[in-house]
Amino acid sequence: MTYMLGQEQLDAIEQVLLEDLFDVGVNCIFLIDMAGNVIANFDNGEIKHDIYSLAALAAGNFAAVSTMAKIVGEDEFSLLFHKGEKESIHFSKVLTDFLLITIFSKGISLGFLRLKVAEATEKIKKILEHSCAP
Amino acid sequence: MAFVNLKKKEVQAKIVYYGPGRGGKTTNLEYIYTKFRSRIKTEMVTIKTHGDRTLFFDFLPFNVGKIREYDVKIQLYTVPGQVKYDATRRLVLRGVDGIVFVADSMAVRREKNILSLRNLQKNLATFRKSIFKTPIVLQYNKKDLEEQGIPLLPLQTLEKDLNSQLKAPSFEASALMGMNVVPTLKKIISMTMASLLMELK
Repeated sequence: MTYMLGQEQLDAIEQVLLEDLFDVGVNCIFLIDMAGNVIANFDNGEIKHDIYSLAALAAGNFAAVSTMAKIVGEDEFSLLFHKGEKESIHFSKVLTDFLLITIFSKGISLGFLRLKVAEATEKIKKILEHSCAP
Repeated sequence: MAFVNLKKKEVQAKIVYYGPGRGGKTTNLEYIYTKFRSRIKTEMVTIKTHGDRTLFFDFLPFNVGKIREYDVKIQLYTVPGQVKYDATRRLVLRGVDGIVFVADSMAVRREKNILSLRNLQKNLATFRKSIFKTPIVLQYNKKDLEEQGIPLLPLQTLEKDLNSQLKAPSFEASALMGMNVVPTLKKIISMTMASLLMELK
């Protein structure tokens, strides 16, 4: 199953990532699909994370957690978040096949981030629904 | 699930190395990583047990170069081969675009190859994919063991056991020595790209 995203949709997605998340102080943000492909990404230029490896691991991690949820009788665990000393990672599912990942530092509270991610997710959903998504 | 980025003119596709445990899937990726070090900008990612067995997957992003003006990025994955890791093995198959089935040529592993291929067919079916419609290349690994007097399955037996219905391209190989590792990779990349082009038409 192959899907395509054009200039217009990718520009719109990047706009949302930039305005809704990057501008509030997130260090690194990327949208991937569940196969681990990177659709769009931004970072603050200070950190040089290996996005492709992170995407593969994030997709695998999310899939593993979803399977665990099903085994214990849940549809899914709504909050997927890893807290580190300096950096933390937050995962948010977009439609059935995409994942929005944000890496942020102590300067942003988890509650505020979740609010901004929820807003961004809704906007990205609308863009993807109108595209030739899988 | 390949992704075509029309803005960056880039294609990303996923190729998974599947097969029985200790068959040489990780060794294939390690050889590719060493051979094409200059093209691979990142470290190979491996999630393995303390006993050095693949627990979840190995991952290696590989830039093929340009095909029809598009930059082609292939994500190479292996699955854990051991029977008990079926749940994680299935997860790695999600969104797969091409498969290399690495069979173990050792005579004692005959049954394990057959079971693993059946397992692949079953796990692809959970994603509503048919093994007959997914690009696949077979690799009969460990040819180098012949020199050490270890009994290997004849090519005809391997073909009959694993490829009589699939009729896929196959290679006798030694991942450890690098024999036919690159031709296997080239073949699956070209088949995957051809299949993507057909889908996009």
